Amino acid sequence: MTAGRAIDVVVGGLGGQGVLKASDILAEVVFSAGFDVKKSEIHGMSQRGGSVTSDVRFGQEVLSPMVPEGEADYLVVLAADQIEPNRHLLREGGTLLEPSLIDAASLASPRGLNVALLGALSVWLEKEENVAGRLSVEAWENAIRSNLAPKIHDQNLEAFAIGRRAAAERTAQE
Amino acid sequence: MSPQDATEDRLLLSGNEAIARAALDAGVTLGTGYPGTPSTEILETFSALGGRAQWAPNEKVALEVALGAAFVGARAVATMKHVGLNVAADPFFTAAYTDIPGALVVVSADDPGLASSQNEQDNRRYAVAAGVPMLEPSDSQEAYDFTFEAVRMAEKWRMPVLLRVTTRICHSKTIVRPRKAPIDKPEPRFERDARGRVMIPAHARIAHSRLRRKLGEIADWTENSGLHRTLDGESSLGIVASGVVAAHVREAAPQARVLKLGQTYPLPIQAIREFVRSVDRCVAIEEGDPYLVESIRAEGIAVEGKAAMYRFGELNVSRVRRILARDESPEPEPPKGKPPELCKGCPHRTAFETLRDMDCIVTGDIGCYTLGVLPPFQAMDTCVCMGAAIGVGLGMRHALPPEQARRVVSVIGDSTFVHSGITGLVEMAYNPPSTGHVVLILDNGTTAMTGLQDHPGTGRRLDREPADKLSFEDLARSIGIQDVHVIDGPGDPVAFRRLMEECLASGKLSVVIARRPCILAVARDKKMEQA
Repeated sequence: MTAGRAIDVVVGGLGGQGVLKASDILAEVVFSAGFDVKKSEIHGMSQRGGSVTSDVRFGQEVLSPMVPEGEADYLVVLAADQIEPNRHLLREGGTLLEPSLIDAASLASPRGLNVALLGALSVWLEKEENVAGRLSVEAWENAIRSNLAPKIHDQNLEAFAIGRRAAAERTAQE
Repeated sequence: MSPQDATEDRLLLSGNEAIARAALDAGVTLGTGYPGTPSTEILETFSALGGRAQWAPNEKVALEVALGAAFVGARAVATMKHVGLNVAADPFFTAAYTDIPGALVVVSADDPGLASSQNEQDNRRYAVAAGVPMLEPSDSQEAYDFTFEAVRMAEKWRMPVLLRVTTRICHSKTIVRPRKAPIDKPEPRFERDARGRVMIPAHARIAHSRLRRKLGEIADWTENSGLHRTLDGESSLGIVASGVVAAHVREAAPQARVLKLGQTYPLPIQAIREFVRSVDRCVAIEEGDPYLVESIRAEGIAVEGKAAMYRFGELNVSRVRRILARDESPEPEPPKGKPPELCKGCPHRTAFETLRDMDCIVTGDIGCYTLGVLPPFQAMDTCVCMGAAIGVGLGMRHALPPEQARRVVSVIGDSTFVHSGITGLVEMAYNPPSTGHVVLILDNGTTAMTGLQDHPGTGRRLDREPADKLSFEDLARSIGIQDVHVIDGPGDPVAFRRLMEECLASGKLSVVIARRPCILAVARDKKMEQA
């Protein structure tokens, strides 16, 4: 990755899974770290169970709010059957974070999958040259708290930690 | 921007949130509109920030209310989706003739690519047709700044200003630095000015020439208004663009010289002429209609446009690259995602299963229940615009042979019924088909499709405070419909089918109100109670 190039993340899944919530949390984290950030999505049908995607781009300067097809650095998918419809968004050599990365049984609720995968994403992002050292776990946790109801803070912070552990294991294998 | 920058003066806002915040900072005292994707969050945010925001029954009423406020010197904003301006077009065109001491800003949120709409009309044409100046922001910062500018322009020229945004402006979050201090609100007062506001022909003739004079002044003013920016680049390629397309263009062609237009009616023709002269090749890149390219060419300036295939759908970085490469080869079809569907447990499901099983001819309308057209229901035969279920159903009844006419049912939701269905019901009572007719109102007590907004039939205002509640059954009876049924759900498919069969066989004019709260609204309200 060249210095200054934006990092492109696409979150995909089905309406009701928390796709937009996940991208809100990610956008807030990188925003509070001082990056330029643009986030884009389509509302309207998002609560009716159909396919939903949300784009988050961040870096020194972001131009278009939409991740160009085939240029996403990370594709975070919340439903196994939504991997294929979204795979074309990922660039060659980009990273796919899919539900199978997380042990579903370890989550307090299946609704925590979005935050668990953000936990995984946070580990990968730390390896990015332009990001390293700028996104603290604490910043992620703050963004999770400010985007979710207090009642579900604990289970989501736990989900985030589960995602981080899963990613650490996976990246250790690589 | 350094990472240490305090986030205090730096906000991450959607275009809609930025417009709402700017409206508050610019002293707007009334925001009114009708919910419609992608415009809905403007008024919701304005209300949440402490502004006075109201849902009107439809966009026409909203624009009239805003106009009235501006007639007495207040600053008012009317928000709507692109097709909403069709409904509000009547006051919009003549408001342009009037002399308005306050500020009237009309926000039109267009939906190129039809993310959640029935057409992809390009409302830039409305600015030209009505003679209303138009601003087009390219990100949330400009959505904020241009809302201010729209207020200033509206007061300076005492006329409405159109703030035209699109889905990707409304629903993209980008960084905004708001102003430090809001500007003072004017004190509204009534001053009689019949010549300026009573549009009888004698006044309107004068008003029309006054409008054209104002537009001439604005055309001169905009040349040096600071609303347009030239982004330097090599002289071999120049691109004229506006709105979110300008952002795609900078990414797709970083070497190009770009003229980014902030006001797209009237256009800064001299600035465009000079820009085109400064480059070897100049392309106007725009979403939707070839509006810029036609307007620029009409001034005798040679500019290249996009191939016809790019008139359809949204533009993005890849498509801008293709336009610049004059690539007209077929574009790869994106893989199909999962289509949306009616929620599990939604009472509309039973309604459409029954209509499907009865083999009804269903004239439908705009809302969640339009999903009744998709499998497993496939129980909708028309959907055109808000309220059309009733008019179209009546037209079919009039024209079809009786045995087919008796199968026609008009299906409409509660919010849509208030918006544009009431006059259809009046028509039904006034010009009844010989076979009678059946109108089914699916009343889930909310404007569900756009995200659960209140309306005159819910008993709550935009800020969720209690309000007078319109009774559909009383309204139907007062219009002259004798056969009015109110049922739960439909919960019981057998009882519902029996009722529909009776109504269809009776030859009378019937209204069936199937009432049960939207399950998403119930969940939302429960969450709010707990909070």
